[in-house]
Amino acid sequence: MKRDARPLGSLPAWLWFALGVALAAQIGLRATSRPVGTERSELPSAPSAQGLRLASFGEPEALGRVAMLYLQAFDLGPKLDYTRLIGWLRAILALDPRSQYPLFAAARVYAEVPDPARARAMLEFIHEQYLVDPNRRWPWLAHAALLAKHRLRDLPLARRYAAEIDRHTTAGDVPLWVKQMEVFILEDMNELEAARILLGGLLESGQIGDADEARFLRHKLEELERRTGR
Amino acid sequence: MPAAILTRLVLLDARRGGLPWLALAGLALALLLAGFLSQVALTEARSLQLAVVAALLRAVAVFLVAVQVSASVVREMNDKGLELMLSLPLGRSSQYLGRLAGFALLAAALAVVFAAPLLVWATPGAVALWAVSLALEGALVAAAALFFALTLAQPVAAIATTAGLYLLARSMAAIQAIAAGPLVEPSLANQAARLCVDGVALLLPRLDAVTRSEWLIYGAPDASGFMSAMGALAIYIALLAAAGLFDFYRRSD
Repeated sequence: MKRDARPLGSLPAWLWFALGVALAAQIGLRATSRPVGTERSELPSAPSAQGLRLASFGEPEALGRVAMLYLQAFDLGPKLDYTRLIGWLRAILALDPRSQYPLFAAARVYAEVPDPARARAMLEFIHEQYLVDPNRRWPWLAHAALLAKHRLRDLPLARRYAAEIDRHTTAGDVPLWVKQMEVFILEDMNELEAARILLGGLLESGQIGDADEARFLRHKLEELERRTGR
Repeated sequence: MPAAILTRLVLLDARRGGLPWLALAGLALALLLAGFLSQVALTEARSLQLAVVAALLRAVAVFLVAVQVSASVVREMNDKGLELMLSLPLGRSSQYLGRLAGFALLAAALAVVFAAPLLVWATPGAVALWAVSLALEGALVAAAALFFALTLAQPVAAIATTAGLYLLARSMAAIQAIAAGPLVEPSLANQAARLCVDGVALLLPRLDAVTRSEWLIYGAPDASGFMSAMGALAIYIALLAAAGLFDFYRRSD
């Protein structure tokens, strides 16, 4: 790497001046121009999953995560087109179906916006993707059910999501509160009879191994029976 | 053993040309990127760092190998060093394979150095398989670059054709999937295009199936799948070496 070179002092003065001026012009130009990120407000149309796969050059995991960082750079304001956003999330999930990043962002960021229409669209996207891989994606539909119940105050929607989790998820690591979610939503809907039947079924199925939890649920069942007059 | 001397010369040339410093700079860049990514990730920070750093280091390793082989071989040809070698009482296969072994060792060294930082985020077993795969992938690129550099005798042309072959090989599975997609009309032209794509794919290695970030993030691949992918790389390296030797034997003194 070594090479013979003349001392710096032997260089002509005009060359130092030209280098200094060019460097100052470059830094000045960049310092006065606006950062790229703040200008961007419109999300481009989503690429196809196949297009993304082609662009990944065999590194779909890396490209999927970088694409999520790209999506994150867009402001969540009303200009953000949710149809396009969902298209992007769908394509990224297709690129790496095992990544939790797109559904995390969908449930924790994009579904928690104040606009109910956009939140509902995102919840429906989470539901659609949950059905593709229920045992891996149930946490996001559980979060969607909680959002539907507490944020949107849409109990029928929350119940639908809770029922879907109960119906399609077979993984052993699903906590019981998730399985019981439908019971409590039915109780909130004042559908006590349905809640009683569901809770009774759950207790009889033998899925509840923890004695304290079983005692609590039995107590809940007795309370429901009292309230329904049985 | 003449071939071993050539191998050593190749490694010396790489060291004197500053390749270790370039490799360390690539490593530093990747680690800086990992630090930045850990700050911006909302979730899965570990897998984000792992996927991006592994993909970047893989690209840097392949680029360094391709450029080192092309520049070194073309410089030797321009300095008439190759002609001098050809006039010596050395078998041509020894000359060619000695050089190729040197470049393959270079690729293996880069793979080991680039795999080491991945141990921070991934299991040793997965990193070891990734490193073995990168070493063989680097050897394949070295074999391609050596073939193109000796054939084309121009560094830009050699690097461009090596990069073209490499990128096409990594994209071919996606291109085939697009060509066979359910929305493609079953017209004669489309059928012909699909046949052409499948025909080109027959001549390319499955680079999309090797050195995968997936192994590091989701766990090591099964042994049979890994061995068959490595076997396919070895066959393609042998093909490129045979093609290069074919051309080298035809070269006049």
